[in-house]
Amino acid sequence: MTTDQSSQGIQTGQRYTLERDQQHSDRWVLNFGPQHPATHTTLRLVLTLEGERIVDCIPDIGYLHSGFEKMGEVHDINQYVTVTDRMNYLSPVMNNLVWHHAWEKLIGIELTPRCKVIRTIIGELARIQDHVLSAGASALDLGAFTPFLYLFEDREVIYDLLEEISGARYMNSYTRLGGLKADITPEWPAHVKAFLKRMPRTLADCEALLLRNRIFIERLRGIGYISRQDAVNWSWSGPIARASGVVRDLRKDEPYLCFEPNWDGRGSSPVDFKVPVSDMGDCYARFVIRLEEIRQSLHIIEQLIDNIPPGPVNVSPDEKLLLPDKTEVWGSIEGLIHHFELVMWNRGWELPVGEAYGTVESPNGELGFYIVSSGGRSAYRARLRPPSFINYQVFGDLVRGHQISDVVAVLGSLNIIAAELDR
Amino acid sequence: MAEPGTSADPGPKFGTPGPIGSGGARGISVPADQPYGSWHPAAKALQERFGSEWISPFPLVVNRAGPTDQVCVRVPPDRLLEVMRFLHDDARCRFDLLADLTCVDYLYFPNATDRYGVTYTLASTSLRHRIWIKCFVNDPEPVVPSVTSIWKGANWQEREVWDMFGVRFEGHPDLRRILLWEGFGSYPLRKDYPVQGLGERASYEVLGPESA
Repeated sequence: MTTDQSSQGIQTGQRYTLERDQQHSDRWVLNFGPQHPATHTTLRLVLTLEGERIVDCIPDIGYLHSGFEKMGEVHDINQYVTVTDRMNYLSPVMNNLVWHHAWEKLIGIELTPRCKVIRTIIGELARIQDHVLSAGASALDLGAFTPFLYLFEDREVIYDLLEEISGARYMNSYTRLGGLKADITPEWPAHVKAFLKRMPRTLADCEALLLRNRIFIERLRGIGYISRQDAVNWSWSGPIARASGVVRDLRKDEPYLCFEPNWDGRGSSPVDFKVPVSDMGDCYARFVIRLEEIRQSLHIIEQLIDNIPPGPVNVSPDEKLLLPDKTEVWGSIEGLIHHFELVMWNRGWELPVGEAYGTVESPNGELGFYIVSSGGRSAYRARLRPPSFINYQVFGDLVRGHQISDVVAVLGSLNIIAAELDR
Repeated sequence: MAEPGTSADPGPKFGTPGPIGSGGARGISVPADQPYGSWHPAAKALQERFGSEWISPFPLVVNRAGPTDQVCVRVPPDRLLEVMRFLHDDARCRFDLLADLTCVDYLYFPNATDRYGVTYTLASTSLRHRIWIKCFVNDPEPVVPSVTSIWKGANWQEREVWDMFGVRFEGHPDLRRILLWEGFGSYPLRKDYPVQGLGERASYEVLGPESA
């Protein structure tokens, strides 16, 4: 069946039922989603089946389109951070981080060392948070409930840690232009260290449950294979590309924060970690890479948590980027004027006219913002480079020829977040 | 490359990334005494191949720290495919990854001369550098050649630009709307599309239970 014929199937007005294919009488067209437990959110697949074998698969997306990019053109820099939380809601802090990372690149702000360390730590916590859920949920979709519960218990601890510093449990909105919403609490490093102790035990439990489980392995090995060349040509990035042998990690290739050499201006070396890669390119490799990346993230946090440098967390108030401290606002006329200059709608930041692309290695791959500024208070254009959207376009090729039950395995291994997919 | 499921050791190995590339790292300093972009191997290769009359690299932004190391090149639509093919194949460029494809509507932008700027973010997985390509088109018939023949990953991204901006991609295998539905009358990320109000929702028909 060619693409032209099959694309007829998702024209407007088509009914959501199982239908016999008109051209081939032994084929059936099945709608998978938009509401299905294994899609986790709303996305739809139109599958053409021959028995249980998939002959063709056409993804149909857009059910969760919310106009996030248009909203970026009316909200100001610090307001829009609440919208970025809702994009990849499995690791909201990572989206906060990349949004302000792109702006800081556009304006040319150098962060304080303390801010860099805290941002690196929360970025890695977000990575663990995301990988834990995607690994747990992909096992859950294949019928393994127990690892999901084990992993989710540790995920709750990360929620607690982020709640302690940001005040919000799920949608953290923790970063601000040139700094953070608030400094960490004095007890926070101790709580993170307690988490670092318990997480490896959970990982070991999950590996014992899954990676020696014959049913689990046979459901994943050889399923959804993609070669290195194809993965690059289809613009894949992140752990799923590394599972196909693409040695590319933006933390190493285009370093930012504490991954950069001499990040504190006093000659510190970048954080040490390894980049796991595999040349197998199937669902199993993607699963194993994610588990190993959790270990590497724990290792990164371990190096930093005892060495959070003292000093201010935000850039100097003289740069007129952040709201001043409340004692300043209430206690001095300069602080009061500074506060009003930033919050009044016809004032605000003095932004350069131009464009910038800021990107970080997110749990799903290269997450970037392409920002155009015309000098106003908000962005002229705020384009998110969504890893889920770009990784998902090859999905039809990945499942073609497999059984219908493998759709769930491949979908889980790609970790598609529909809110980021449709934005 | 091992076939799926044949590798003897299923565990992860560790890759050794190469040296840090340009095009994102703040550590690369931009030499002030030379013409902009002369340190960038791909920009230099482009100038040598196509002549420096119409290939002039410029920084995406000049901020308070000076020009950034994000190099952009403006290419007219009729020569786009040729330039892109060169950037993909040449040994000094090797841009095998189309990292991002988007569009900006410069309708209200200060001092803008063209309306739609289709922007390509190219990255190289082996040489680890980046370059930005801008291709400007205008009303009433904004058309850009499709790069799906070079990077398959452009497929959905070009469909999204068509969906949101109405810029048509010549030679795209399946140019349909992707996030909105066929029959949606307008292109919402254009600057003249209103942010407030009902818009086309005002004319929607109301469906009752009998029409399901």
